[in-house]
Amino acid sequence: MASGKEIRTQIKSIKNTQKITSAMEMVAASKMRRAQEYMRATRPYASKIRNVIGHLAHAHPEYKHTFMIVREVRRAGFIIISSDRGLCGGLNANEFRATIGKMKELDDQGIDIDVCTIGKKATRMFKRLKGNLRAEISGLGDRPRLENIIGVVKVMLDAYENGEIDQLYLVYNEFVNTMTQAPQIEQMLPIKADDSEKEIKHYWDYIYEPDSKTVLDGLMMRFIESQVYQGMVENIACEMAARMIAMKSATDNAGEIIDGLELVYNKARQAAITQEISEIVSGAAAV
Amino acid sequence: MVMTTHVDIVSAEEEIFSGSVEMIFAPAEMGEVGIAPRHTQMITRLKPGEVRLQTGGEEQSFYVSGGILEVQPHVVTVLADTAIRARDLDEAQAIKAKEKAEQALKDKASDLDYTRAQIELAEAAAQIRTIEKLRKMKK
Repeated sequence: MASGKEIRTQIKSIKNTQKITSAMEMVAASKMRRAQEYMRATRPYASKIRNVIGHLAHAHPEYKHTFMIVREVRRAGFIIISSDRGLCGGLNANEFRATIGKMKELDDQGIDIDVCTIGKKATRMFKRLKGNLRAEISGLGDRPRLENIIGVVKVMLDAYENGEIDQLYLVYNEFVNTMTQAPQIEQMLPIKADDSEKEIKHYWDYIYEPDSKTVLDGLMMRFIESQVYQGMVENIACEMAARMIAMKSATDNAGEIIDGLELVYNKARQAAITQEISEIVSGAAAV
Repeated sequence: MVMTTHVDIVSAEEEIFSGSVEMIFAPAEMGEVGIAPRHTQMITRLKPGEVRLQTGGEEQSFYVSGGILEVQPHVVTVLADTAIRARDLDEAQAIKAKEKAEQALKDKASDLDYTRAQIELAEAAAQIRTIEKLRKMKK
């Protein structure tokens, strides 16, 4: 049995760890709340831009942007959003598992894959797997700006426009609620046309300034960027929620271990006292 | 009654303004435009500048660093950019992202081995499951 002092040191060190994990839990909880607010704040833009594109498709049915044309798929691109830091349970692992599953499915169909990563964890993962990494960005913090991701998105969009990739997927974690985060794989390009063909009641078109192509190009690019940005913000909320849960269970586990060790410690102390008494008694008896 | 039109100014990061106004001025790419209610449908790109909203003699202004203006007869939407956009600036960002990727995998060689990756991840998941089971057994 370990000596009393050894156990006491162990208890102390676990208590210190417990303090850290419970602090991290609280930090994650407050960051999660903020991330949820950001998530809500980004929604109006996404819905507005979707509206405008809907109007455009309605007003201008004969014009098709490159992003809307379905091609035969020979190569697919993935934009994978992950966290920068770990200690958030199985969040990233689950996401990567879903991604790899999808990639394997495509690979079996003879489709090659290019990857673009946002966040250190994804970069490390796909670097280790020797994937064809086209672009990466990480270390964007808890409040990323849209301008941070323009570059990576552009790399993929250019590749799509040049015909290097024929499909583009976005992978991120969806924030269902605090307890549940679900990996999402969304096809971004080609943009799936709204199948709900409404009757065209009256034909109208916009006045384009300077011309329809430049306006559309700008609009499409922003649309994709806003989707990626939203995915990123959502992923941050997921990261914080997952970390909060992971740290909560770590704190609970530390508590359990401490209880166990305290029991052992008390037993050891009791045994030492009993032994001492019996030694004294037997010593007295011998005299 | 004064005619008004509904205006939404949104950026990718947040909602900036939403409400009814009498007149909107925006810095369109071809020159500043003034939009009154029931303006015909129009869509244009914006230059960096001021978007001004007039309501009953009062004026509010917002700075946008570019974006897109969509006009419908009763709704005007300003999709504002949060960053200054220019072709070469975007290009520079793209190049940076590419370089980072190249740096990250100097040793890229064969294609991704999906089966191996799947096995590795499955192992990790199995480990987590086992740990959870052990924990339950202890209880």
